[in-house]
Parts: sequence; structure tokens; C-alpha cells
Amino acid sequence: MKVMAQMAMVMNLDKCIGCHTCSVTCKQAWTNRSGMEYVWFNNVETRPGLGYPRSYENQDEWKGGWIRKADGRITLRAGGRFRKLATIFSNPKMPSLQDYYEPWTYDYDVLLRAPAQKDFPVARPYSIISGKPMNVSWSANWDDDLGGSKEHAVKDEMLKGIEDKVRFEFEQTFMFYLPRICEHCLNPSCAASCPSGAIYKRSEDGIVLVDQERCRGWRMCISGCPYKKVYFNHKTGKAEKCTFCYPRIEVGLPTVCSETCVGRLRYIGLVLYDADQVLEAASVENDKDLYAAQRACFLDPADPAVRKAAREAGIPQDWIRAAQRSPVWKLINTYQVALPLHPEYRTLPMVWYIPPLSPVVDVIRDTGHDAEDAGNLFAAIEALRIPVEYLANLFTAGEVAPVEAVLRKLAAMRSYMRERTLGREPGPAIAEAVGMTEEDLYEMFRLLAIAKYADRYVIPPAHAEQAHALEEIATDCALDYSGGPGMGGSGPVGEGSGALTPVAVENFRMLTQRQTAESLVSGGSKKGRVNLLNWDGTGMPDGLFPDGTSAARDGKAE
Amino acid sequence: MGRLPPGVDGALAMGMGHVILKEYFADRQVEFFVDYNRRYTDLPFLVSLEEREDGSYAAGKFLVAGDLPADMVPEATSENAMWKPVVLDGRTDAVAVPRGSVGFRYGDEGLGQWNLDLGEIEPALSLLDTREDEVLVRFPRFDAPDGTVAFETRGVPTRRVGDRVVTTVLDLLLAHYGVARDGLPGAWPSGFGDATVPATPAWASEITGVPAEQITRLAREWAQNAIDTEGRGMILMGAGTNHWFHSDQIYRAMLLLTTITGCQGRNGGGWAHYVGQEKIRPIMGFQHLAFALDWHRPPRHMNQTAYWYVNTSQYRYDTFTADELDAGTGIFAGQGVMDLLAQSVRLGWTPSYPTFNRSSLTLADDAAAAGLEPAAYIVEQLKAGALKFAVEDPEAPENHPRVLSLWRSNLLGSSAKGNEYFLKHLLGTDHAVTAAEAPPDKRPAGIEWPEQAAEAKLDLLTTIDFRMTSSTLFSDVVLPAATWYEKHDLSTTDMHPFVHSFTPAIAPPWQARTDWGIWKAIAKKFSKLAVDHLGTRRDVVAKPLWHDTPEALATVHGVVKDWRTGEVEPVPGKTLPVLAVAERNYPATFEKMTSIGPLMESVGMLTKGVPYDVKREMKLLRRRNGVTKSGVGAGQPRLRSDIHMADAILHLSATTNGHLSTHGFKNVEKRTGTQLHDLAAEHEGKQITFADTQVAPVPVITSPEWSGSESGGRRYSPFTINIERLKPFHTLTGRQQFYLDHDWVIGMGESLPVHRPPLNMTTLFGEAPVGQQAQQGGQRAVSVRYLTPHNKWSIHSEYQDNLFMLSLSRGGQTVWMSDIDADKVGIKDNDWIEMVNRNGVVAARAIVSHRMPEGTVYMHHAQDRLVDVPLTETTKRRGGIHNSLTRIMIKPTHIIGGYAQLAYFFNYIGPTGNNRDEVTMIRRRANQDVSY
Repeated sequence: MKVMAQMAMVMNLDKCIGCHTCSVTCKQAWTNRSGMEYVWFNNVETRPGLGYPRSYENQDEWKGGWIRKADGRITLRAGGRFRKLATIFSNPKMPSLQDYYEPWTYDYDVLLRAPAQKDFPVARPYSIISGKPMNVSWSANWDDDLGGSKEHAVKDEMLKGIEDKVRFEFEQTFMFYLPRICEHCLNPSCAASCPSGAIYKRSEDGIVLVDQERCRGWRMCISGCPYKKVYFNHKTGKAEKCTFCYPRIEVGLPTVCSETCVGRLRYIGLVLYDADQVLEAASVENDKDLYAAQRACFLDPADPAVRKAAREAGIPQDWIRAAQRSPVWKLINTYQVALPLHPEYRTLPMVWYIPPLSPVVDVIRDTGHDAEDAGNLFAAIEALRIPVEYLANLFTAGEVAPVEAVLRKLAAMRSYMRERTLGREPGPAIAEAVGMTEEDLYEMFRLLAIAKYADRYVIPPAHAEQAHALEEIATDCALDYSGGPGMGGSGPVGEGSGALTPVAVENFRMLTQRQTAESLVSGGSKKGRVNLLNWDGTGMPDGLFPDGTSAARDGKAE
Repeated sequence: MGRLPPGVDGALAMGMGHVILKEYFADRQVEFFVDYNRRYTDLPFLVSLEEREDGSYAAGKFLVAGDLPADMVPEATSENAMWKPVVLDGRTDAVAVPRGSVGFRYGDEGLGQWNLDLGEIEPALSLLDTREDEVLVRFPRFDAPDGTVAFETRGVPTRRVGDRVVTTVLDLLLAHYGVARDGLPGAWPSGFGDATVPATPAWASEITGVPAEQITRLAREWAQNAIDTEGRGMILMGAGTNHWFHSDQIYRAMLLLTTITGCQGRNGGGWAHYVGQEKIRPIMGFQHLAFALDWHRPPRHMNQTAYWYVNTSQYRYDTFTADELDAGTGIFAGQGVMDLLAQSVRLGWTPSYPTFNRSSLTLADDAAAAGLEPAAYIVEQLKAGALKFAVEDPEAPENHPRVLSLWRSNLLGSSAKGNEYFLKHLLGTDHAVTAAEAPPDKRPAGIEWPEQAAEAKLDLLTTIDFRMTSSTLFSDVVLPAATWYEKHDLSTTDMHPFVHSFTPAIAPPWQARTDWGIWKAIAKKFSKLAVDHLGTRRDVVAKPLWHDTPEALATVHGVVKDWRTGEVEPVPGKTLPVLAVAERNYPATFEKMTSIGPLMESVGMLTKGVPYDVKREMKLLRRRNGVTKSGVGAGQPRLRSDIHMADAILHLSATTNGHLSTHGFKNVEKRTGTQLHDLAAEHEGKQITFADTQVAPVPVITSPEWSGSESGGRRYSPFTINIERLKPFHTLTGRQQFYLDHDWVIGMGESLPVHRPPLNMTTLFGEAPVGQQAQQGGQRAVSVRYLTPHNKWSIHSEYQDNLFMLSLSRGGQTVWMSDIDADKVGIKDNDWIEMVNRNGVVAARAIVSHRMPEGTVYMHHAQDRLVDVPLTETTKRRGGIHNSLTRIMIKPTHIIGGYAQLAYFFNYIGPTGNNRDEVTMIRRRANQDVSY
């Protein structure tokens, strides 16, 4: 048993209202800069829909993730190392900018400076890529709320095979929102795809990061990631991805997307797992067994043997305690209501989802029965407005039973709490019908419905004695990473993992450089630009006050 | 749920109401409901029935103590006897006057009596079992295909009281909702499945498309849930059922459900509508300081709907009479909506500005020259016809608004219903109005009607804003303002239990200043200029009859009598607006703005009828803010900075000052005779300061300013104080009222909730009926219902044109439409479309989705015209905004005043900004290669 700790997330889809606050705050914090205009580390897609980038789930097209070979071993769908090296200069399996979207801005200056003229001025869209006027025809979230559904949502990969169950007609309309970040997989195919070993999985908390020093811009990670959550910065020529906001996590704060989530639907906590079982779990024969196989890798932090092994593996005592209190662990294992997104990609993703229940209740209301009655709810789950099969295609490789089991539990929780709220004695029958205890149902209700901050986020701060190994509080030699002069060597999950400090160092250097440089990374002058994000609070950030000659005043689009 | 076409939610609610009234009120009685309605609603109150020529009866006025002989009820000769509605006491079988009606709220006799304690009285909800007779009462219905009113008669149990035939509100309600009871004559439905009579589930189903079984089940679930939970049933809604011309009826039909089942005034129950009219929690301090009531009273308030209806000349385009608008009930025969508005203004029901056709400053001078007090002078001049209300001649240059300052408002990108009329008549710029003006036979007879309506009435438009909006585009002067993170300010609404602060993270960049700083600068300059130009003047303020004051007792029985026709004398404050005079020391404006005025101590404060003595608070503020050294504010607490102002608001509001709240409750107690001050006692020593709010959002204190209790840390829910502490509602009966007996309401057939379908824009304006197709601009076009709901991620225009949000949507103005409609006229997703109706033109992109129902398009509210709006094919000019296709329509019942709860107060009552009854043609643009 090799115990490791993974920082993981669960999102409760019943609560997502599709407001995109997570996307915007994430973008503001991480990708609001040149070369990254089209990049959304966090995005929220309407389902059914194509997602971002368009149709990313079509692995026949994009060849992301792993496949299991006849001999029982798994290999990258896009081919092994040899094939990669052979095609390294022409990576064909990458979404084009049009599959993301062509980012644009507007000539806002016209609104201020238009001379007297016949018609009121208006700002037109200009492509950030070409600098030319453009017709906006795709965006980071074009099919929001089923917009253009007959052209787009109908092509949702997850509808394949269940076309007869979904009709795109007004009376049968259903939709829900799926917020997505990097999955920080236990078996990351991005890392395995990287010819330079630039992508690594931190041994302390499992967060997957790109070493900006080592990245050579081969973009194999972009192909390799089946979730398309690694992006290419077209100014720096390097890959970038969701960092799970590690600088926040290291000091015990939730990620920006979680912190700002209006619906409070995100949960963050530790999961202990046995690293020795990862490969085996990722290699089970049947796709539909992957959900169970992944769960089997997880270790019960209450188990004395696990605790002992964890301590021996160097996991601090307070982390073990945090793992016991982890809402993610409870939702995945104790209550078993959270499911992985696309386990069939065999990457063992670590951002899990509680499938949406609400439309079930709507369906029951339609049938003319008490929508809160447990018996009715159970019976109606098969008559879901969102077909269970659709959810199963997302979360269980098409296996319906686990999704149904989750929905039944959520339904039971409602019925049970309704009885309690009315002061009636619910009795154990409702809980037993879904294989739970009354106490579990109640505790699950507290976690899902009351959902206090301290219960949603159980994030043990990084340990001072490990500080040298962590980015944000690095005390170690900045050059001590694999391949660097310090030669730290490989991490525990193989060559592409466990490097030490480069990201923070890179970031620090880049910020310093950017703040002191006269020119932009993207070229051009810094005059007229304000970057408060990187401003250290002393003095005045460059460009806060325009000097009257800036480009912005010339009416040019950026 | 099945299909619910737009604007018919009221019918659904009535169908549910039918089931609940039948099964839980007629067939059996539920103790919880009976108890609740006896005490907290007007269901048991007696209503007089008026005999009609054909022998049937019409529901008339509430029977009041003053209607009865003194030997029947001793209160008959009491103070305000005409304002004390009566019930039948089930215990004594005699008429009784319960306390708590508005008649107990004013005057000495009512001291200690204004409460909902029924004492020994046990009001009878129905007369069915004790009836002496039954009569047929005429009830209106508006569900005919042509939208006109029809009447049918159903029986109610009656008794004779004195010389009147009376019944109860519940008995009327049951008959109105078509709930049959044994022995009562009339046109009753045969059962839930009978669709011919309102308001059965089958009837509601025909209108709404929701299966009758579902309506029935939903109603039963609603009622049973209310019983199981003791009133924890809530209707939560956004703007969807609001903004209709007849929204009030939709609301009333839904509120009936929450109220008869005892769900109002319960935590977890009631009515949660997230639509406009937000107020702020520390309302007392805010109101007094925002309107300078510390220096001058009364303030000059105005309702915007009527203001713009008149001053953007939209009334000129009412191509119908008020009676046609009202489906032919006959109450407004021969009059235009403008006639009714003018009447409302001259009776003091609703404010109007500009008020007279002479300057309010000149009027005071003229009065002095005539040797009269201004009020007497104005009455004389009005009677003689020498002075007119401006609303009677809006196109005359002396009655035009001349200067408009927008502050925190995007009038021309967001709120202005009839945007193109604003552009034409107010600003005089290019517009897309093609509507016809009223032909001679449809014009309001009492209004001056020059052949040509004025254009470009306004001389100066200024805007204070921190972002570019459609309004700034049109402004003569734009003053850049600080954002939330660049200034000190308070943030609070009536929907949130906390007061928050804004604290600057950075100084306002470039030329931007804080709002406070901007207004101070304007005040300073204005004061300087005023020395030469204005000096000190006397100013006449014509103030409407206010709610929560004795002025609301102006119209006995809601019988409308007009001094213009000689029915009554013009009496200020009774049949005319209150005519007050204020001395305006214009050069001292800046000094007054920057000190708290003396009226706070000499007169005190008054909010919602509750007086407060704030000498202690003023003392505290002198210490906290310091004292003004010289000028008119010498010795007064300073208001130099925005923080001073924030602290003044917090000290002078009971929600943020525990002492003041306790003090206010004690004053209420004098009137109610019940204990209330304990609600604030736990916070009596607590004073929330601005510094406190900077540390963390601070929960507010239970206060007489609001109706919900937050004592002991519970969450706010409206009316919990009324329910738990027997404090009357601020209505005629002191109860929640289903029945309204004002002349105009009865005349419009709306004394009880009634389903009124969306306005018929074809008969009123000649627009094509929904679904009709025609050639337009060389393209096939289809007529659709045009709705402008809120965007899920913007607050009006705020955030809508943020680059991130545009990158997460479609990059510019969009219109959602159904794939079925799109197919009819060959529109594809993201095509450029054009929408044209008589009000204006929109050029936008189509979002085609099966999520939209056939026959309806959405243009999300307040998409500014700043980005990616091309020139239209129709006008070759810049495309419009969502409100380019709408206009203002005034519902006459919304301008009723001077009658108990139907009395004006700022931000409380007035004509709604309805805009959902609209239709438009939509088509694909012939040339998709748009130009700008």
C-alpha cells in the first residue's frame, strides 16, 4: 500500500444556475492576459450541448485519454511515445482556434471619440487574432441555455445511442449546467503525453501542473487530455492549465471558482488513495467498471491500517484528520452520491459530480402524485426528464444503475427531511430503501443543503516543514528541479510528476519581469495598460494613468 | 406542468383558488384557515349589495359603522365612523365593529385601539347558515374571444342590516370563483370539469393549457401543505408575471392562494417576488436625508411612469378611449386615459410634475401680489380657470421639462418604456416611431391637443455614471463617477438582512469623482450662481394625499367626487393636493446639503405613520461628525463627507439604531395598545456605525419601519409582526384585503381578483395578431409576442456588455425565438433579424432554440446599444434597444389615491411600467452583410 493524498473536488449539479461567476473570476485571476484570451480554465457548459472546446468529448476525433489494449495494458489513445516523437512537429489532433472560439474585443474608443455624425456611434467586434472586424459566430459558451439547439445540442456526443429518448421539442425540454475545471487525474494522460516531462503531478496533494521552464510547446498534452483542459498560450508558446489555485490551497483557501460560487455547489477536500492500485484500476477490462475500480483505489482514512500507512508515507497527522473530515470523501464514498466525469477515459479524474435531481421532481408532479413522497420519487426516476442514460453517458460510461442509485438517495433525502420538518416520525424505511441509515441521510442533508463554508471546504494548509517542496512558500533552491542544476529527480508518479518549485519560480520571475519590462510579452508597448493583478501594492502600477498618447486613444483595437 | 402561454398566470391561480375555496372553505372548514382569515383578512367583512334595474345586485361598498344607526352599533357616531368596516359577530348574530381598521388609526378615540385583537367578537366568514335571503349578484368575466367584458349572475346569501342588503367578502368570493353551494341560485359550473364557468380547473385549463387534473392536484397540495406546515407555502417569482398591463390582477389571484391558506406572515411562507421597487433597510434616515426633509417639508415626489407618459407625449398615441382599454365596462366611457390622469392629479391622488402651468416660484409671488396665502390663491385661480395643471396641456412650452439629471440610472438603455418616444419628444433626436396619433374622436376631451406634439422638449441632459451606457451616448454632459471600489457608500436593500459598506480599494481614476463629491461640487457652484440668479424665494409644493397619514381618509367609501364638475368644493388636502409653501434659500443650498437641518429636532421624523424624536441621535451625530461652524447650518451636525452621510443614515434609522427602534415601537404601542417594543429590546443599546459595516456586513435590527421580525436572530419574513403581534395591516380594514370597493375598481370589474388576458394590440393599435405572417422589407415576417425578461447574468444593463460576459454569450444584442417560428420565416441561429412594430425597430441576432415556445420571442432586458448594433434595413438608422418596441400604458386603477391603502407614497404605489402585452413582426434581414 502506497498511501497518497489527493486534493479533489465535488460539484453538486442540482445547485448550478449557470451564472458563470466561476468562469469569470477564474479568468480574471489566471488567464486575463495576452495569448490566453480564448482560454477558460473553468468553463460552464449547458448540457445537452457541445461544450468548450466544441465537441471535446468526441475522442474518435481528438484521441484523448487512454485506451485498453488487447493485452490488458493501457496506452494513450493518440499513440505511445514513439508515435508521438514521430509526429512531434505536426500534431494533428488538436482543436483549432475555431473549435475554441476566435476571441474578440470592440473598438470601444469610437464611443468616446466619434465626431458629430449622422448615426449614434457603436463599437464593432474586432478579432484579437487578426485585428480585423469580425462577425461573431462562435464563443466560449455559444450554446448557452440551448441556444441554437437544433444545430448544436443535437450533436452532443453523449446523445449517441439514446437518440430515441431525447426529443428537441418545447414540451420535452431539459437542460442543466456542467461546470468544468481540470480533473487533476490520478492517471493524467496529459502528463504521459508530454515529450518533455513538463507536466507533473505534485506528490503532496496530487495537483497537476505544467512546468513552464520545461515546456517546449509540443502541445501533445492538449491532444492527450480528453477533457481538453490544457491550453496553448499562443504568445509564450507554452501549455497552461488549471492549477487548482494551488497558492490558495497551500494556505488552506478554496480555489477561486469555489470561493466565488454563487450556488455554493463546490466541495473541496482530500482523498487518500493507494498509488499502487492506480494502474490496475485504470486498466480494468470493462469501461463500465471504471467507476467502481477508481473508488476501490481510495482508502478509508478512518481505517487504522490506512492511518498507519499514511503516517509512514509521511502524510502529516492533520492531513489524515482532514481526510477523515473531507466532504469529498463523504460524497464519493460514505454517501456514494458523487460520480466521476467520463471514467471511460481511464485517467481516473478527481473532480466528481452529483448528478441533478430536480427534474425528477418535475416529472413526478406531472404524473399527478405527491412530489415529495418517497415511493413516488423512486418510481419516477426512470421517467426522468433528463434521461438517466444521458447522465450515465457522462458519469458512468453508460452504466445506468449507479446513476439511478444516486438519484434515489437524493430523492430519499428529500422525502426523509420533509417528514422531519413536518414533525412526523419518518422511521427507518426511507433510508433503508436506499441502503442508508437515517443518520447518514440527515448528515448528507446537512452537507448538501446547509452546506456551510467550513463543511464544504476542508483544506489542510501545507506544512511548514514541506515548505521547500511547495511552490508558493518555496524555501528551497529554485534550481533544484529535475533536469535543472539542482537535479531533484523524479517524483513518485513517474517521470512527469513531482517536480519541485518551478511554477512558482517561473511565475515570480515572469511577474517581476513583466512589471519591470518596458514591453509586453505579446510585443508592443506597455503604455496605456494597467495590470493591477500583478501590482505588488507599492508605488503606482505602470500605465494606471494614460499619458495621452496611448494606443487606446488612437481608436485601435487591442 | 403543461404549457402556460404568456400573461395568463392569473387564470392558473384562479383555477387553483377554485379548488381550494370549494374543498377547504365550502365543502368543509379547516380550523387553521378559518382562524387565520377571521383575524387577518377581510373575508368576514360585510359588503353592501346594490340592487340593479334588472333585479340583480352588484357588489358595492364595505358596510361601515357610519352607515348604521347608533342604536345598532355604538361606534356609528364615533370618530372616523365612515372608516370602520363591520362584520357579523357569529357569537351574538349582530353587527360588530372590530378594531384595527383605518378608522382607529387616526384621532384620539382610536388611541390604543388600532390592533387585530378581536376581543369577544367572532366574525362570521359566511352568511350561508344564518342567511335571511339569497340574491343574484352580477360578476364580470373578461375571457371572451374579443376580450370584452361579460357579466353573469350567481347567488350569495344575504342579510338585511338597517336598510341595506349585505353579504360577506367570502360569500362574494365563492360566487365570483364559481364555487356552488346548496340552495344558492345562479349560473354555477357542474364540477371541476365544466369549462364554461370561471374559475374551475377546466376553465383555467382552457386558458393556460395546463391539464385540469394538474391544477386540481397542485391546489390540493398547496392547501394540504399549508395545513401540515401551518402556512409555510411560498410563491417565489421573478418578473415573468409582472410588467403586464393587468399584473395587479395576476398578483391578486396568486396572493389569494397564499393568504386564504394562512401563508402570509410566516417564515418560509408567503410571497417572494424579486421584481423592482427595492427599498433600503435604513429607510427612515435615507428618506429624510435624500429628500432634504431635515431642511424642507414636504418633498416633491413624482411617479415616473406617469411623468414619462406625459412628458414624452406617449399619451398622444393612445388610439383608443379609456373604456376601450378597459374592455367596455363603461366606467370610463367618453374619457381618455389622460382625462383620468388629469382627474387623479387635480384630486390630489397622484403627484404630477411640472405641476401647474405657472412656475411654482411665480405662483408664490403672484399670491403675495394678490394679498393671499398661496393655497387660497391657487384654489381661487383653479376655480376661475386662470391656473391649470400642466398635465392638462403637456405640449405647451411652459409645461415642458427642461433639465434632466440621470444619476445611477440608464434611462435610455434600460428603463425607458417607449424609448423611441423619448428620443422623439424628449430629446428631439432621430427615432423609429411610426405609430399613429389618436384620431379626433379618440382624443381626451379635457386635454389641450395642439395639432403638432412638441419635439425636443428637453434643454439639458446630464448623466452621472461610471460606465458608458446608451444614456451617456445621448447626454450633453457626462460626469464620470467612482465605482463601488473607489468610494465610501452603504449597500442595503429590503430583501437582505445586512447593511454592507463600500470602501475604496483605489482612488477614483482619471477624472472620476465619488457621487457625493460630484453633487457637492454641483451644489457649491449652484449656490454661488444662485446669489445672482435666484436668491431666496417662496416655492409652492403640491403634494398628493399620502398613505400612512390622515390624508388617506379623503374619499369616503371610495366614491369619486370632482370639484371640477362642482360635486364638491376644491379643498387642499381633501379634494385637491396638499398645497404647501417652502422657503428656498438657494444660495444656502451647499450649506444645507453639508449639514443636517434643524427640522430633525424641531419636528422630528416620521416614517410609515410612526413619529420619532431624534434629539438624542442629533446629539450623537454632533459628536461623531462634528458641528458646522457658520452659515445656515451653524451648530448642526456636519455632512461634509460621504462617511458623515452614511453615519447620519445609520443613526437616524431604526433598523440600524436599537434605541430608535425601541422608541418607535413604543410610539406604535400608543396607537395599538399592544406590546411591541420588546422586539427591539435585545438591541436597544446597539448603534450600527459605518465603521462597523466596514469590518463586516452587519445584521439589521427589527424596526417599525418594516413588518417582519428578526428578533432573536430569526430571518426576515414580511408581516410576521402583523400576524404574531396583531398589528394591523395599513389597509382600510386593517386586514389583508381581497375586496376593493373604490368606484374605479368596482367600475373596472376588479373588486375581486379576476383573470384579464393580455391587452389586444390588434384592436388597440392595429398590430398584426400573433401568428400572422406578412411580407416586410422583402422578407417573410411573422407576428410574435414580444417579451423582455431579465438576462440571467446582468443587472439591467450592468455587466451585460462586459467583454467576458459577451465572450460567454453571443457578443451583442440577441433575440431568443422558437425554432418553429424561425422555420416559418426562414431564420437560422445567429442570423441578423429585424423586429418592427409601431413603436420602433430592433436589429439584432437571433438565437433559435426549441426551449422557446412558438409565438413568443425574448429580447433580454437592457442590452445596451453600445456594441455591435448595425444600421437597420427599415430606417437606415442605428438599431434600437429592447424598449424601442415597447411603450407606456397607464392602468387607471393604479392612479387612484386618497383612499386608505390606495393612497400615494413615494415608491409605494403608482402606475406600473407594464410592457409585456406587446407584439412585433420579426423577419430575417435581406442583407446579412450588415453595415454600421
